[in-house]
Amino acid sequence: MNAQLFALAVFDGVAYAALVFMVAVGLTLIFGVLRILNVAHGSFYAIGAYLTASIGGAIFAAGYAPWLALPLMFLAAAIVGIVLGGPIERLLLRRIYAKEDALQLLVTFAVFMILEDVQRLIWGTQPYFEATALQQLGNIEVFGVFYTTYQLVVLPLVAITVLISLRLFLRKTLSGKLILAVTEDRETATAIGIDADKVYLLTFVVGAALAGFGGALASATTSVVPGMGADMIVLSFAVVATAGLGQIEGAAIAALLIGLGRSFAVYLMPELQVLIPYLIMLLVLLVRPEGLFGVVRTRKI
Amino acid sequence: MTLRIAVPIVLLAIVALLPLVAPWSQVVLTLALAKGLAVLGIVLLLHAGQVSFGHALFFAVAAYSAAFLGEAFAGGELVMMIVLGLGASLFFGLMVGLFVVRYRHIFFGMLNLAFSMIFYSILEKFYHVTGGADGMQVARPTVVGIEMERAGFETLLFYGSLVLCVAVAFCIHRFLSSPIGNMFKTIKTNETRLEYLGISARRTLLVGYVVSAGLCGLGGVLMAVAQGIVTPEYAWWIRSGELVFIAILGGAGSVAGAFVGAIIYEAVRVNAAAFAADVWQMVLGFFLLAIILFASRGLVGLYERLMDRLESKKPQAKEPQEKRVPGAAE
Repeated sequence: MNAQLFALAVFDGVAYAALVFMVAVGLTLIFGVLRILNVAHGSFYAIGAYLTASIGGAIFAAGYAPWLALPLMFLAAAIVGIVLGGPIERLLLRRIYAKEDALQLLVTFAVFMILEDVQRLIWGTQPYFEATALQQLGNIEVFGVFYTTYQLVVLPLVAITVLISLRLFLRKTLSGKLILAVTEDRETATAIGIDADKVYLLTFVVGAALAGFGGALASATTSVVPGMGADMIVLSFAVVATAGLGQIEGAAIAALLIGLGRSFAVYLMPELQVLIPYLIMLLVLLVRPEGLFGVVRTRKI
Repeated sequence: MTLRIAVPIVLLAIVALLPLVAPWSQVVLTLALAKGLAVLGIVLLLHAGQVSFGHALFFAVAAYSAAFLGEAFAGGELVMMIVLGLGASLFFGLMVGLFVVRYRHIFFGMLNLAFSMIFYSILEKFYHVTGGADGMQVARPTVVGIEMERAGFETLLFYGSLVLCVAVAFCIHRFLSSPIGNMFKTIKTNETRLEYLGISARRTLLVGYVVSAGLCGLGGVLMAVAQGIVTPEYAWWIRSGELVFIAILGGAGSVAGAFVGAIIYEAVRVNAAAFAADVWQMVLGFFLLAIILFASRGLVGLYERLMDRLESKKPQAKEPQEKRVPGAAE
């Protein structure tokens, strides 16, 4: 492995990690507040990608300006968050918070099954490819390697921006502080007048929108195919579990770890490419069952 | 009371005799019984309050073991296939189990899913060994050394499966009411108390986990032999989801429900797949939601409720009244 291949592997890994992080951070945020592992999160990612690729394909073919690609991604994320995430939390999840964990997991699993077919009904099974955003920004040369600006600069920047703004939102704004309070102790938070239902809804919409945004960003770099949601939910769970459930900053580091591990496997041992994320997760969990940055919770009685 | 017992016996007899009247049902029922065995594995874990999204792994491990055996010995022997498949799934169950029993709920479910996805991609990638996405053929095996015609073999397989299912269902029923079965169920109700009694919750869960893996393995071998082909799809997460779905449909935690659910599911699937193939998962998803939200005890729960209503019509109100005040002062 020479220096150029090494650089390529690192760039691949960083670009991939940025995408996985977008999905994983939504997953971990939702878990932190609602205490539900949202299996349907992978579908939000896939639907975000489908929306961007199909709408983008249509408007760019009609001759609209290519700079619309980025606003379109925000639009897709907002649609996923508000149109899908909102009703799911309001109408469905709200009825099951009191049920046992296994059933909560099954409910989101059922939503996932439904959404997988919804995607196939709307978009069919043929792949979509819409790379206007990628082509528009061109390539840059770093360490003698040509790489797309979109993947090497835009994706990591967006991921870091999301990480920082999420942190600022949670620590500095009122809504964010309310979310943290409910996460810490829902009962006490309700007792001092916080509307926990609203906080749950807000969190779920934001989390779903983040997954949709991840999918929108990803749609420029890869073709959008059925089954991408299933792969992503397991992968982002691997990231979240490696970091420790509910750890936002940890998810960024775990995403980088898994993204780099995967991209190096592509160049060194291609057969193991699919396995590397899970192997990393299993190794971490063997040593630290609560994840790299997880904290052992004392059981509430 | 008698009606409550009579109905299941009649149902069992109908299942046993149906292929004589309607020959097409024989293969469908065999597949349903194979799935029912695997579902029983899920039901077992539900007793400990755990749900696994990856048990298709053990299903596939056993099915592929049978396929490899058939390939190595030009056809193979049914009894050997069952023994080998069961052994392989028990071994894998032990290996995976040693790891996953350290976790509960979300982690338990998702780690199982991760293991099954790893196995799925191994089956698909190493095509020179496993035949890749095309899978492997399973030729019709001999049965205790006797070569059989197709029709005879299928009949034997069906009745053999039926007997096996009844025997296994009885064993699991006994297991659940045995001391270790009760400890197993305590993992759901109060794990801390189990630990206070000086019993290792992990070891107890491991026993149940290995048994459940073995049940999936039995189902996998029967499925492989009945279908004559094994594909990586056996280990796919959709398969695991299907098993969990059937377990909930039949009635979470009910041994009989596993088989009732499997037979009804398979019958509906065979007949509905023709015109609802595109939305099949969606239909399953909505059903799953409906059952969890409105009939959380599944088909068996509905049956019990029906029986309760029939019995309460009769003027023997003594028993229910006693039940209503448990532990009241004498």
